[in-house]
Formats: sequence, C-alpha cells, structure tokens
Amino acid sequence: MFLPVTLELLSGFLETLKIFFLTLIFSIPLGLVVCFGSMSRWTPLRRLTRGFVWVIRGTPLMLQLIIIFFGPGLVFGLPAMSRFTATLVAFSINYACYFSEIYRGGIESIPRGQYEAGQVLGMTKGQIFRKIVLLQVIKRILVPMSNEIITLVKDTSLARIIGIYEVIWAGEQFIRKGLLWPLLYTGVFYLVFNGGLTILFDRLEKKLSYFRG
Amino acid sequence: MPILQVNNLKKGFGKTNVLKGVSFSLEQGQVLAIIGSSGSGKTTLLRCLNFLETPDAGEILVNGKELLCHSEEEVRQNRLHFGLVFQNFNLFPQYTVLDNVTLAPSLLKKAPLRQLKEQALRLLDQVGLSEKVDCYPWQLSGGQQQRVAIARALALNPEVLCFDEPTSALDPELTGEVLRVIRGLKARNTTMIVVTHEMEFAKSVADEVIFMADGVIEEMGTPEEVFDHPRREKTRAFLRGSQERF
Repeated sequence: MFLPVTLELLSGFLETLKIFFLTLIFSIPLGLVVCFGSMSRWTPLRRLTRGFVWVIRGTPLMLQLIIIFFGPGLVFGLPAMSRFTATLVAFSINYACYFSEIYRGGIESIPRGQYEAGQVLGMTKGQIFRKIVLLQVIKRILVPMSNEIITLVKDTSLARIIGIYEVIWAGEQFIRKGLLWPLLYTGVFYLVFNGGLTILFDRLEKKLSYFRG
Repeated sequence: MPILQVNNLKKGFGKTNVLKGVSFSLEQGQVLAIIGSSGSGKTTLLRCLNFLETPDAGEILVNGKELLCHSEEEVRQNRLHFGLVFQNFNLFPQYTVLDNVTLAPSLLKKAPLRQLKEQALRLLDQVGLSEKVDCYPWQLSGGQQQRVAIARALALNPEVLCFDEPTSALDPELTGEVLRVIRGLKARNTTMIVVTHEMEFAKSVADEVIFMADGVIEEMGTPEEVFDHPRREKTRAFLRGSQERF
C-alpha cells in the first residue's frame, strides 16, 4: 500500500511545487514594482498602491482565489481562466504585496549616508541602487523573506478551494478507504521540502555574512 | 582667478533660514576652515557645495564657471568638482577597502580598471593603509575607515575636497591619524574646506578661517586674525566657550 500512496501523493505534491515555484517567479519581481509604487513621491500613486496592499493583506487568500476564479465570468461575462492560471494570479498578487512590504522595510533601513556617499561620488540613481543599496537590502530581508516563502509552501494547499488537486487533497482521498496515515504522510512532504528551503536560506545567510551593515 | 567662488548662497528648510547669504572665495591650494557652533549652517553650506541640498538662491562658481542645476545630470556632473568626506565615513560595507576606492571611478569609466587599481593602491599608501586593501570596513577602526573615505574621495580628483567634521565620530586617540592625513594633503597642494571643531587643528592647518553664526559669515580672515584677534563679540564668545571645554 505504501508505494501507490506515495505515488499518488507525489502527483499531488508536483502540483503544489508548480504553484510554489511559479508564484515565486512572478511575485518576487512584481513585489519590487509594488514596493516602488508604495514608496513613490507622487502621492496619488503611493496612496493607491498602499490601499491595494491593505486590501490584499487584509483579506483572506482563500477569498481572493474564489473571486479571481469566478469574478471575471460572473461580473463581466468573460470566459473563465483555467483553475491553474487563476491560482497563479491570486497567489502572485497576494505574495507580491507581502514581499513589497518586506522590500520597503529593507530599503528604508539603509542609512541615508549610503545614498549620499554614492551621490557625492557622481554615481547615478540606478548605480547607487544596484551597486550599493541592493546587496545590503538583500542581506537585511533574507530572514523575513525565508519566513514568507516557507509560508507560501503551506499556503498552496488553499488552491483546492477552486479545484486544484494538490497533495493534501490527494491524501484526504484515502480517508474514504479508511486510511488516515496518508494524510499524516502529506505532512512529511511539506516538512522535507521546507527543511531543504531552511538549509538553502542558511547557506545564503552565511554567504552574505562576510560584510556587516 | 579663485578656484571656488560662492556668491550670496541662501538655503532654508520650511520657515527656518539656515543660510542667509553666504559669500566667500578660495584660491587653488588653500585650506579653508569653517568653525561655529552647531546649527550655525556650516554643514548645510558644505552640503550645498556638494549639491546634497539645492541652494534656494546664490551662485557657485568653479574656475569662474557658474554651476547650474537644471537637470539631475547637471547636478551629478557638478558634484564631481567637489569631494566630500563625511562625519561617519559612509564606506560601502560590502566592498573591500580597495573596491571602495575604485567603485566610483570604474562606474564613471575614468580609466581602465587596472590603472584605477594602481591609482587606488597609491592613494591608500598615501593615507597609510597599504596593508588593509583587502579588508572589509567592519574590520577597520574608525580612524582607518575615515582614511579610506579620504582615499575614496581623492580617487575622483576633485578640485575642492570638503570635510564635514571628519574627526567628530572618532575616539580622541584616533583623531590624530586623520588630521595627519589632511595635513599631508595640504603639503600636496590640495584645495580643501574643513568644517571642524578641532580649533588647534584649524589654527595650524588653515590659510583662511570662517566663523559662522546664525547662517551668516560672522568673521573671516587668517587664523591669526580670527583666533588671536577676533573683532566680533560673537567670535570671542564662541572661542572662549570652545576653550572652556578642554
């Protein structure tokens, strides 16, 4: 029984991983865009972005999934997105908003003097950001980012609400056959994967420990 | 022709006028010391010269040419006439000492990297840090960090090198090594403006001293004139006060 259960759970976990990696690929850069918006000196843009972040962070991801999947069809009569696309859109927007606030915290924690030192040395704004500020920000946001990314691994299970067959759903099916352990077994998948992520983030942290600041 | 001429420079923040019309000029190779109590506008003056603040009015002329600030690019170019050494060094923590010095000139494509490295090594030798080129800033003492900051500023060959209280963040036993480097630069004919609380240093190294109070130049002259024979009551009061501290 162990092998068929493992294979079934693996097929569910593959879906989990797809959501996880694609969400990261979209939300990490999108978060930077949102971050710049929320730090804009142009007040209307800043207010709009911060309002948006408030709505996304202030409402459940599950609700956002449902609205993004059913909303466009019900309200505008548009053809429905695939379940998977809707999941990616909802997750990417949601996580971009969380990431944007982590980025903002990181960027705003860099002392003014770092920018001014770059300025008096004749560097352009872009050079100051890329060559001076960026790596310092990455070092500072590594810990909160690892928190958020590990949360994302577990949040992927929410996608089942719009019919994505992921690992917990796969495990739950065995309850009908009178088996509880496959459901507990799904937890092992999460644990192992998050263990890997933890090691990865520890390595990154060590890699950036050669400087302070 | 003076290398630097400042005419009627004004700067306010909100309702507070920090600089109320400051004018002076500086000849090539001269050292100007600016003294005065906190809030007198010394640092703002230096920040205006480096375009970290935009003056509300007045002119800044380098070699007789007025520096205009209509665009971000003009501001960036203007800054290259001046170097600035900060009170708290502001070295870039993720770069080695050598890379701190070569970063800006290599981004500005001043010369091939190999040549920039040679120049940087020469400058670091000049400030006495040949042995620390591969260290990171956190491995250095405050005095060493400040000397790296000086080498970093020199790497762009500024026409006027400005110091904003370069020893104020240092432990007393470390100020000497930084002041020695500044003295060495004077011997090499570097034009400098030094905002400082080190009266003895100002007296011995400066060609010209400006005493600022409430956003204006209260008194200006040679160190002998300002320190030994101050004409204004405010100058006398300030010098008395600064002596009492020791």
